[in-house]
Amino acid sequence: MIRNVLRWIAQRRLTITFLLLGMVILLFILIPLAKMIFTQSPSILWDTLLDGEVRSAIWLSLYSALIATAVGLVFGVPLAYFLARHSFPGKRLVEALIDVPIVVPHIAAGIALLFIFGQSFFTGRAFHAVGIDFVFAVPGIIIAMLFVSVPFLIDSAKQGFEKVDERLEKVARTLGASPWQTFVRVSLPLAKRSIFGGSVMMWARGISEFGAVLVLASYPTIAPILVYDRLEGYGLDYALPVAALLVIICIIIFVVLRTIAYRGERA
Amino acid sequence: MIEIKNLTVNLGDFLLEEIELRVEKGEYFIILGPTGAGKTVLLESIAGLHPIKSGKIWLDGREVTRLEPEKRGVGFVYQDYALFPHLSVKDNLLFGLKRRRQPKEEREMVVEWLAELLGISQLLERSPDTLSGGERQKVALARALSISPDVLLLDEPLSALDPQTREGVQQELRQIHHRLKQTTIHVTHDFEEAIALGDRIAVLGEGRILQVGTPDEIFHHPNSEFVARFAMTRNIFAGEVRDGARGEVTLTVEGTELEVVTELRGRVHASLRPEDILISKEPLSSSARNSLRGTITSIADRGATLYLTVSAPPDFVCLVTRRSLDEMNLAEGGEVYVTFKASAIHIF
Repeated sequence: MIRNVLRWIAQRRLTITFLLLGMVILLFILIPLAKMIFTQSPSILWDTLLDGEVRSAIWLSLYSALIATAVGLVFGVPLAYFLARHSFPGKRLVEALIDVPIVVPHIAAGIALLFIFGQSFFTGRAFHAVGIDFVFAVPGIIIAMLFVSVPFLIDSAKQGFEKVDERLEKVARTLGASPWQTFVRVSLPLAKRSIFGGSVMMWARGISEFGAVLVLASYPTIAPILVYDRLEGYGLDYALPVAALLVIICIIIFVVLRTIAYRGERA
Repeated sequence: MIEIKNLTVNLGDFLLEEIELRVEKGEYFIILGPTGAGKTVLLESIAGLHPIKSGKIWLDGREVTRLEPEKRGVGFVYQDYALFPHLSVKDNLLFGLKRRRQPKEEREMVVEWLAELLGISQLLERSPDTLSGGERQKVALARALSISPDVLLLDEPLSALDPQTREGVQQELRQIHHRLKQTTIHVTHDFEEAIALGDRIAVLGEGRILQVGTPDEIFHHPNSEFVARFAMTRNIFAGEVRDGARGEVTLTVEGTELEVVTELRGRVHASLRPEDILISKEPLSSSARNSLRGTITSIADRGATLYLTVSAPPDFVCLVTRRSLDEMNLAEGGEVYVTFKASAIHIF
C-alpha cells in the first residue's frame, strides 16, 4: 500500500515539485489581497463607499481609464492590424517600441509626458489654445493612463489579427467586398475577442495607474492617489478601507470582463 | 473567356514567367503541375490578389490587369475552403450577394437555388466548423458561384478530401459544370483528376506553361522531358467496364480485356503505376492476375531504372531496374509478358 503511494509520488516528482513551487507564488498573490479585503469590517467599507471624496475618486479613475481605452482602440487597433499584415525593415524595433511604456518606470513616463504636454512645449501650448489643458486636469490623467496601458491593447489586438487567416480576407475581396468592408465584416469580427480582451487589460491597467498620473495630474484625485494621500496624511487606518474598496472593484471588473472576453474558449 | 498574355509574377525565390493562356467560355480548364510550381499564385493573380510584375489579363473581353479583386467577378475556392468561421453556412452564401445590394427576396432565392444545386439545403443554419470536409467544399463552391462569376477558380479543391469523398465531389464538379457551363480553371497536382475533369490541360513546370492540350494529347504526346516524366508516372487508359460471365469485372481497353476491381460501370478512365507491372519472359499464371503478351517498342533510360514501353495493345509503360534488363536480356522488338494484379488498376 505505502509502496504504491511512494511509487505514485515517485512517478510524478516533476508535477508535484512544480505544483508546490507554483502554490507558493499563488499564495503570495492571494494572501495579501485577501487579508486586506477581509480584515475590513463590511460596515467600514460601506461608510467608505458613502464618502463623497472616495466615490468621486473611484468614479474618476473608472471613466478616465475608459476614455483612455477608447482612444487606444481608435488609434491602436489600426496599428495592430497594420503590424499583423505587413512586414518591413525595422518592424521588430517598432514592436519593441510599443512595449517600452510597460518597462520604463512610470514616474519617468509621467515626466516625459509633462515635457510634451506641459505649457513649455508647443504641443502643450497648441492644445491650450483650443482649450485643452493636461497639467492638473482630467485630460492629463487620461494621457498618462493611455501612455502606460495602450501596449496591452495593441499587443493583444495584433495577436488576434495574426490568427485571422489571410485567405479569408482574400475570399471576401473576390466576393465583392472592398478592403474596408473586408476589415469590418471579416477581420474585425474574427479578432474581436482578442481586442476585447486587450481592452479589458488596458482599462484595468489604467485604473490602477499611479506614478505617471501623479506627475502629470495629482489633482483631480484618482483613487490610487487618494489612497496615497490618506496613507501619507492620516496613516494606515484611513488608507486601508479605500485601498480595499479599490482592489475589490478592480477584481470584480477584471474577473467579470475577462470571463466575458474568453467565454467559449478553452482555458 | 480568359486570356492571359505574357504574365510574369515574382514569387520571391522564383518567377512565374511569360504565362500565356486562353480559356474559352464554358470550358473546364485544368492547370496541372507539381507542388510548389506556383499554381496558387497564378490563380491569385487572375483574381487580382497577387501583384503582377508584367503582362495582361482579360476576362470576357475586358482588361482586368490592374482591377481590384472585388470588381473582377471571379469566384475563388481555396484548398481548405476558407469559409468564414464566424458566419453560418447561409451567411457565408449571402456574403457576396449582400455586397451587390440585391433585393432581399432575390438574395434568398439565389441561396435557395445554390443550396439545392449542391445538396446543402439542410446545412444552411449550421456553423462551418460542424461540417465535414466534403460539406465544407460544397459550401465553398456554392459561395464562389453565388456572385455568378465570369470565371470560377478552384485551387486544389479535392486535395484535402479523403479518397471516397473526393470521388463524390469530383462527380459533383463534373455535373455542375455540365449544368452551368461555368468557365472554370482548376489547378491540381493529380493527373487523374486532370483527366477526369479537364476539357483541356495546361502543364505548369519550372515557372512556365510547358504544354497545353486535351488530356489525350498531353498523356500520349508529351512535348518535353518534364511533361513526359510527369505523364509517365502512370499508365492512363480509356475503356469500358462490364460485368463478366463468371462474376468478374472486366475493363476493355483497345480490344484487350483486363480484370479489375471497381464499383463503376460503363465508360471510365483507368490508371496503372509502372512499378506495379511485372515483366517476365514466360507467362506467370495466377487467377488474380492480368498477364498479357506484348512487344517492347521502346526503352527509355533513367539512370538506375528504365522505362519500357510494351505494346499489347494497349501500350504499357513499365519500370525495370538495369539489373533485370541485363538478366532478362531485354531489347526493343523483344517479346515479354506484362503481369499485374486486378487491384493495381485504379478506375476513375
